[in-house]
Amino acid sequence: MLRELEELKTKAVAELNSIDNLGELEKWRVRYLGRKGALTSVLRGLGSLPIEDRRSAGAMANDIKTLLEADLQRKEEVLKEKELVAVLKQARIDVTLPGYPVSLGRLHPTTQTLREICDIFVSMGFQIVEGPEVEWDYYNFEALNIPRDHPARDMWATFWIDTESGERSRLLRTHTSPMQIRLMETTRPPIRALMPGRVYRYEATDATHESMFYQVEGLAVDQGITMSDLKGTLFEFARRLFGEERKARFRCDYFPFVEPGVEMAIDCFMCQGTGCRLCSNTGWIEILGAGMVHPEVLRRVNYDPEVYTGFAFGMGVERIPLLRYGIDDIRLFYGNDLRFLRQF
Amino acid sequence: MKVPLSWLREYVSISLPLKELAGKLTMSGTEVKGIEVTGKAWDKILVGQIIAIEPHPNADRLKLATIDYGTGQSTVVCGDLSIRVDDKVPFARLGAQLIDSHTGELVPLKPAKIRGMVSEGMACSEKELGLSERHERVMTLAPDSPVGVPLADHLGDAVLDLEVTPNRPDCLSVIGVAREIAAHLKQEMKLSDPIYTEEGPAIEKLVSVEISDADLCRRYCASLIEGVKVAPSPPWLQHRLAACGMRPINNIVDVTNYVMLEYGQPLHAFDFRQIGGARIIVRRASAGEKITSLDGVERALNPEMLAIADSKIPVAIAGVMGGADSEVIDTTTSVLLESANFNPVSIRRTSSNLKLRSEASIRFERGISPELTMPALKRATQLILKLAGGKAARGIIDVYPGRIDTEAILFHTSWVKRLLGNDLIREQIVEILTYLGFECQQVNSSEDLRVIVPYWRVDVSRAADLVEELARIIGYDYIPTTMLSSQLPRQQVDHIISFREELRDLLVGCGFQEAINYSMNSRERLAKIIPTENAVRLANPLSPEQEYLRTSLLPGLLALLAANQKHEDAGIRFFEIGKVFFARGDDLPDEREILAGILSGLRVAHSWFGEKGVLDFFDAKGVVAAVLERLGIEPAFEPVSQESLHPGRVARIMVGQSAVGLVGEVHPGVAESFDLLPQPVAIFELEIEKLLDCAKLRRRYRPVSRFPRSVRDMAIVVGVEVPAMRIVEIVRGFSLVHQITLFDLYTGEQVPPGKKSLAFRIAYQSTDHTLTDEEMETVEQEILSRLSKQLGATLRS
Repeated sequence: MLRELEELKTKAVAELNSIDNLGELEKWRVRYLGRKGALTSVLRGLGSLPIEDRRSAGAMANDIKTLLEADLQRKEEVLKEKELVAVLKQARIDVTLPGYPVSLGRLHPTTQTLREICDIFVSMGFQIVEGPEVEWDYYNFEALNIPRDHPARDMWATFWIDTESGERSRLLRTHTSPMQIRLMETTRPPIRALMPGRVYRYEATDATHESMFYQVEGLAVDQGITMSDLKGTLFEFARRLFGEERKARFRCDYFPFVEPGVEMAIDCFMCQGTGCRLCSNTGWIEILGAGMVHPEVLRRVNYDPEVYTGFAFGMGVERIPLLRYGIDDIRLFYGNDLRFLRQF
Repeated sequence: MKVPLSWLREYVSISLPLKELAGKLTMSGTEVKGIEVTGKAWDKILVGQIIAIEPHPNADRLKLATIDYGTGQSTVVCGDLSIRVDDKVPFARLGAQLIDSHTGELVPLKPAKIRGMVSEGMACSEKELGLSERHERVMTLAPDSPVGVPLADHLGDAVLDLEVTPNRPDCLSVIGVAREIAAHLKQEMKLSDPIYTEEGPAIEKLVSVEISDADLCRRYCASLIEGVKVAPSPPWLQHRLAACGMRPINNIVDVTNYVMLEYGQPLHAFDFRQIGGARIIVRRASAGEKITSLDGVERALNPEMLAIADSKIPVAIAGVMGGADSEVIDTTTSVLLESANFNPVSIRRTSSNLKLRSEASIRFERGISPELTMPALKRATQLILKLAGGKAARGIIDVYPGRIDTEAILFHTSWVKRLLGNDLIREQIVEILTYLGFECQQVNSSEDLRVIVPYWRVDVSRAADLVEELARIIGYDYIPTTMLSSQLPRQQVDHIISFREELRDLLVGCGFQEAINYSMNSRERLAKIIPTENAVRLANPLSPEQEYLRTSLLPGLLALLAANQKHEDAGIRFFEIGKVFFARGDDLPDEREILAGILSGLRVAHSWFGEKGVLDFFDAKGVVAAVLERLGIEPAFEPVSQESLHPGRVARIMVGQSAVGLVGEVHPGVAESFDLLPQPVAIFELEIEKLLDCAKLRRRYRPVSRFPRSVRDMAIVVGVEVPAMRIVEIVRGFSLVHQITLFDLYTGEQVPPGKKSLAFRIAYQSTDHTLTDEEMETVEQEILSRLSKQLGATLRS
């Protein structure tokens, strides 16, 4: 009996070693360890053995069973692993094939720039305020210290709704500055506001002129606001928008609704200030106009210029991506050609 | 305004390199747009003097001139037979760059043998130096020219091209710019009263001047010179005018222009013989009066316009242009010189009405000082006497009804710190202002100054203006840089601003490209989409394509879709957020903000995954539904008809009782009129403000059930006319129904005619227990019976 068991073990182990797939393995299991398997029958036949043989044969059969089960498990793991490798090998793909097409959305470059500008000023406590695109002459000009028949009006070629000129004449706002008046008329200092929006100019379009574009206006009014605050605010803005290394400067300029009036420029990022075509050989690129709110403008909205001071600034939005990306034609912005828009 | 440096030097000493000078002017408000340098190429060209002239041994038409150029002498062959010994001439040494008179190009001067004689250099003509077109003569220099000095140092010049802002009419003059420079360099101006002798009879005996409309003419000065000889101006004057961009005409007219450029005061010279009655009357033109202006155009005047008239007819349009009949011409012998001050508004209106802008009108409309008339008139009289001879009548006529007191400003010097943020010491303030021509007087309190504004600074009238004067001279770099430290205002939240950006992000997330279109459109294009009766029309459109403010975003989107279809293979998805405008009588138009989208073409770009069909109504609806879901809005879609859209494929988007927009396909006829490809064009439009009102609803948390879901499918057969949404609504009415999704729609042989089969996947879930099979079956039976009762639905077998 013991020899029989020994032979059974040897045979089973030998067979197991030669098995190379899970199907055969299962058959092997049934053959030896199954309910009707060889080892099971041996164990079942133990009862017919004499009592003294029974114990030793039983112990041996159990040892063999444990051994075979362990071998089976090991073999099974090996074969499973092998099989998985084969399956994965089958499932190999060409990873250089293109992925599933996704429709990718994008914001217009003007919107992207507007957001950048607004974010910077909002972080400095400016609040965004908006107003109408069709304006009264009064807000667009008169209240901003630009009376009728003043040559300064030549600075803003205007689309008119009404032909009769007067305070109640309507026009497409030529700048976002009317919002200064609208805001001051309805609130009291302190004011710290940012006013973005579309503006219009009666100008034939070419590579550098558009009849419609965006501006961002800024206004801060309170007691004790000075031009050094304006400088600090705008230089900080320039640093954050154009980079740490950019230098900014103020120069005297004229806008009827500020006094003193300035223009801010940054050093040319193309030539680093040495002079090139982009900066017309000046080394500087104009970015915006600004100044201290004109006493007459304050008086117009019943703010006492002896008590309050303030600063205002206004900038064209498209100019920034135009410079930044080296775009040579402003008409591309509102031509909405996907081949252009997709680049931003 | 173009200003030659040499002219500026007559009024102020300039010790600064040109580039630094230009920098100072630019930084202080008068931008130097460009600098044109003459004599840049005059290397190796010196002031020479002819010390000997001999005939050329081999040619009658040539001479040999020996020229001393300071450090040496050279003999050159010369073709100008008029040269004389002692003449000072520009002498070019070998290697100098000269302009070839035939090709106009710069060529280096090489040693040459002309008819057997060696020429070691050249005596140059004006053309060879690039000064003028004259090339038949050697240029002669002034007798006092220093021999041996580089010609560039002697004759070279630089012309500054200045951008003068509208507030500074004084800088439209050489003297004005010189004053700016003087203030920067702390120099005194070299100004003196023009002196000349008056040898004629008293002017009052010869001419009279009367101002009838003093509101339009504050001052009128006139001088009279008899016996002048009209001729071309001397070269120096012609050169200066040309450098400033003006065309020389004759010595009289050139002097008026020259003095205008120099002083900033426009002048006019009349041929005195043509002034009827020897009278000048400054009056409004009468209706119907006409005048032919100097440019030869006949112009109709009206009583809004100021005329300079003689006893009968207008002889000039005041401050704008003179009349052709009294023009100074070759035969003129008597000249009446006008130097007057006119009302800026009137001049501006007149010149814009006549569409006639002149150097004079540009200056007058900016408002120059009436004090300027007299010095300019004296200067012009002096120059005419010098250049055209004649005798000046004794005295000057000066009618001055509009005299005003000199402006004085009480200047609290604390305003400097108030506006700029840093203090200036009092001495510095006084010094800067004084060099700018202001007079500073001490007032009792040591803080204050009484500042008298010089007459030419019409732009300065208050403390803030003086602060700007100080800032622009010390330079803005000296102003400190501080961050705002004032109190932060209370924020007033305008939800629409962040809401609009949220919408943008959502649309981008749905795969849409943002577009920005013009607000202006043509009536024709708008009318294809929406009636235009209440569209706002521009009074002065740039073109008919931009005549109206848009009343819909769709025409713009359709046009850009058409433009992009020409080069795009993939499906196109655009959205835009912008305003539409509706007239509201005399008031400002109603401006409404719209979100609109357009989508057309392949649903999924061409790829190896195969075709997925084209974008249509349901793609647009899917986007709208997704966007609204994110905003917490539950919309309903109602079929509706809209003229420009596909009759069977439009839905109004309802939120409660409010119609917030439309989703649909464009009518194929309309699409064709926009030159679009023949395929569905889906659109949607949402009114942002209405949307915001709906989205304001507070969100509330609903607990997530801990109990398992059971999912069952159910195919229902109903009449084809039954909207799918009806079934969904009914099913959703059962509290155990957690979710219902339509996953199949079928019509055809498998269902009876006139019927359709809709297959739904329904998820059931309870918040407080695990559903049993019996419960599920009961609910399903109830659902079916309700569908059957309300819609005649049956279960598909």
